[in-house]
Amino acid sequence: MTTKSTDKLWLSGNEALALGAYEAGVKVASGYPGTPSTEIMENLSKYDGVYTEWAPNEKVGLEVALGASFVGVRALATMKHVGMNVAADPLFTSSYTGIRGGLVIINADDPGMHSSQNEQDNRNYAYAAKLPMLEPCDPQEAKDFLKTAYWLSEGYDTPVIVRTTTRIAHVKGQVTPGEKTSSSVKPEIVKDAAKFVMLPGNAINRRKFVTERMKKLSEFAETFPENRIEWGDGTRGFITSGISYMYVKEAFPEASVLKLGMVWPLPEKMIRSFAEQVDELFIVEELDPFLELHIKALGISCHGKNLIPAEGELNTAIIRKAITGEDSAEFAPVALPPRPPNMCPGCPHRGLFYALSKQKVFVAGDIGCYTLGFLPPLSSMDSCVCMGAGVSAVHGMAKALGEEGMGKEVAVIGDSTFVHSGITGLINIVYNDSYSTVIILDNRITAMTGQQPNASSGTNIKGEPAQMLNFEELCRAIGVKHVVTVNPHEISETKKVLKEEINRPEPSVVISRAPCVLIPSEKKRVKVPYWTRIENCTGCKACLGLGCPAIHWVPVTPEEGAKLGFKEKQKGYSEISIELCNGCGQCAELCKFDAITIKEDK
Amino acid sequence: MIEQGNILFCGVGGQGILLASEVTAFSLLAAGMAARKSEVHGMAQRGGSVTAQLRYGTKVYSPLISPGEADMVVAFEMMEAVRYLPYMHSQTKVIVNTHKIFPPAVATGKMGYPENVLAELTSRDIDVKELDAFEIAGKVGEVRAVNIVMVGVLSTYLPIDEQVYVDVMNERIPERFRDVNIKAFQEGRKIAAA
Ligand SMILES: Cc1ncc(C[n+]2csc(CCOP(=O)(O)OP(=O)(O)O)c2C)c(N)n1
Ligand code: SF4
Ligand code: SF4
Repeated sequence: MTTKSTDKLWLSGNEALALGAYEAGVKVASGYPGTPSTEIMENLSKYDGVYTEWAPNEKVGLEVALGASFVGVRALATMKHVGMNVAADPLFTSSYTGIRGGLVIINADDPGMHSSQNEQDNRNYAYAAKLPMLEPCDPQEAKDFLKTAYWLSEGYDTPVIVRTTTRIAHVKGQVTPGEKTSSSVKPEIVKDAAKFVMLPGNAINRRKFVTERMKKLSEFAETFPENRIEWGDGTRGFITSGISYMYVKEAFPEASVLKLGMVWPLPEKMIRSFAEQVDELFIVEELDPFLELHIKALGISCHGKNLIPAEGELNTAIIRKAITGEDSAEFAPVALPPRPPNMCPGCPHRGLFYALSKQKVFVAGDIGCYTLGFLPPLSSMDSCVCMGAGVSAVHGMAKALGEEGMGKEVAVIGDSTFVHSGITGLINIVYNDSYSTVIILDNRITAMTGQQPNASSGTNIKGEPAQMLNFEELCRAIGVKHVVTVNPHEISETKKVLKEEINRPEPSVVISRAPCVLIPSEKKRVKVPYWTRIENCTGCKACLGLGCPAIHWVPVTPEEGAKLGFKEKQKGYSEISIELCNGCGQCAELCKFDAITIKEDK
Repeated sequence: MIEQGNILFCGVGGQGILLASEVTAFSLLAAGMAARKSEVHGMAQRGGSVTAQLRYGTKVYSPLISPGEADMVVAFEMMEAVRYLPYMHSQTKVIVNTHKIFPPAVATGKMGYPENVLAELTSRDIDVKELDAFEIAGKVGEVRAVNIVMVGVLSTYLPIDEQVYVDVMNERIPERFRDVNIKAFQEGRKIAAA
């Protein structure tokens, strides 16, 4: 991967973080996929000498890393921003226990919500959990900061958070590889109840330690070379960090900039002295006024969110315009048909949602590729909050509506999401007895984030065989008496089963099982595409109700229609792009006129 | 030739935009330039409108191109070229694959594919180079090489020798796809010259 001219590597932020973890001598790494963090663990799994895994969720991942740290090895947990909510419980108390081997949590925020359900600013976690947080501005810093984080972790007995955002994680730049380092901590079991057993008596003491530690880290922040001032002209001074630093440098190359490599705790004296030496102070940061609030709390006056948007991503133009009023854009957008993402041709979820769209029920949804079932023409998802929420919420609906609500709501959840956060909700349905129905969309993989295996896939992160969680047995063990498995490509059968289970006055689970078309073995499988016999097509548009990207409508003029032998009323016909079709057969089942058949029949 | 610039690649998720931007980035680096690239991963890759943004020059800070500042737009799908109009300025050079991919509203007959959509660019005096990269790739014998055809056309606008690209492709592309891709690249260059 080296580029000839320089011998530097060309890496994304996530690839650089994986390299950083390797160079830092990380021994155990656990994470759960989530854009924009996923590629860190994927890349790290390719290095020798480091154990990597996909955990069922972020809480488990962080606890695994914490355990490894307790016995004295360098450990890593990776997650996207909302994953930090799930891992928050161990996070807050690991701040008290501290570590033995260095412990770092990489947290990837997603300003602008490219692939997320919210855009929470997780710098707030560093403040709330009383932990140091580093924020790199490019792939090189991502790698270097990760190594620094391990040094800090072991030096100050603290977990350290490294925060990235989409434009760090998925930006490529040149990176100079470095030396492999290691910890001086010896891997062994050490019993230290006063440090590791957080009962009130011990926790009260550790709480004092945390205060002391953060005080020491504040002092460290004053001399940390990655908190640095780049002096320019003194009229405008900027305090910034992460990707916002890049935009500031580009928009105001002449200005003075205080770049914070560590965004918590803050170097108070450095900030004060910088503020005194510039005429006007601007805090430029994406999302929350995090730096701004803490700087204002020091009694320093500055501009911040009065000028800079608190929503979405920033860029050079936004910052320039916010401060000078100059606008670089010449042309306004033109109205065009929208192009939202869509499920792949042959996606098993499509068949299930098509069948579900005929049920007239409230679909308490969840997050994954299947959330796209919300979009027309399927339009079959009515709520989506966080992983696992649908399963719990459908029970709440049932309890709220009582008999009135029977047969009127259903939960859908993907396999990976079910393992992540759905199982406890299902236990609640059975234990607290509601008539709720849960559909597990089992496509054998964690698809949305790029086909990572999970506990139900039968393989591990390296693609080696692993124990396969059996959903049927699990659901029965939980106490669900009615567990039915369907093939979602068989639409009429699926419809029938859904109707029966949704209306059942007892808890039930429908497992909709067929593989994601992007699983490597599926991609390899030779598929027989379908095609349209145009002469049989009546233009009824039934197949278009699936919204498969391989099927499109071809409008015809009355003359063209006549030539094709169409009835006068027929306005067009459906056509399949054979090169896109994955041969799932869903459309053929919907066609009543034998106009869609497999290609071999030709 | 553009010594410093911003290239916006746009199209539909799954069209090979990442590889095209990667080959271009590698060639710029091999030619001794600094570069940064921003990619889209995750949900949008499922058939949505996607971009890759590549910036190069002597020193590059921001990995993002600001509206009005793309010097080159390489559109893998016709309508997508127009979607990114706000990124263009009056001197922007636009390379368009005239191949159409219908978004859901068009495929289901709810909306029509806009007629003569490139007039939105030409009427603003923006320089547009049209080609059917899909057809060219097909002739070369590999429809999936559309992205490399586009790289070929783009290469004629950049300050990099043809050989640098060929070296990069020799180094980066697995052997069994190499020849067909290099051929696709050269066909792209021919079209650009035509
Ligand atoms: C707490 C949390 N962690 C991670 C994510 C990112 N994420 C969203 S859905 C999903 C998994 C989807 O897999 P699955 O449930 O199997 O559905 P599929 O995409 O395969 O249809 C992931 C990892 C998230 N939204 N929230
Ligand atoms: S990646 Fe898999 S699960 Fe996701 S839309 Fe495509 S086929 Fe469906
Ligand atoms: S068989 Fe029909 S629904 Fe399935 S991928 Fe092909 S065109 Fe789409």
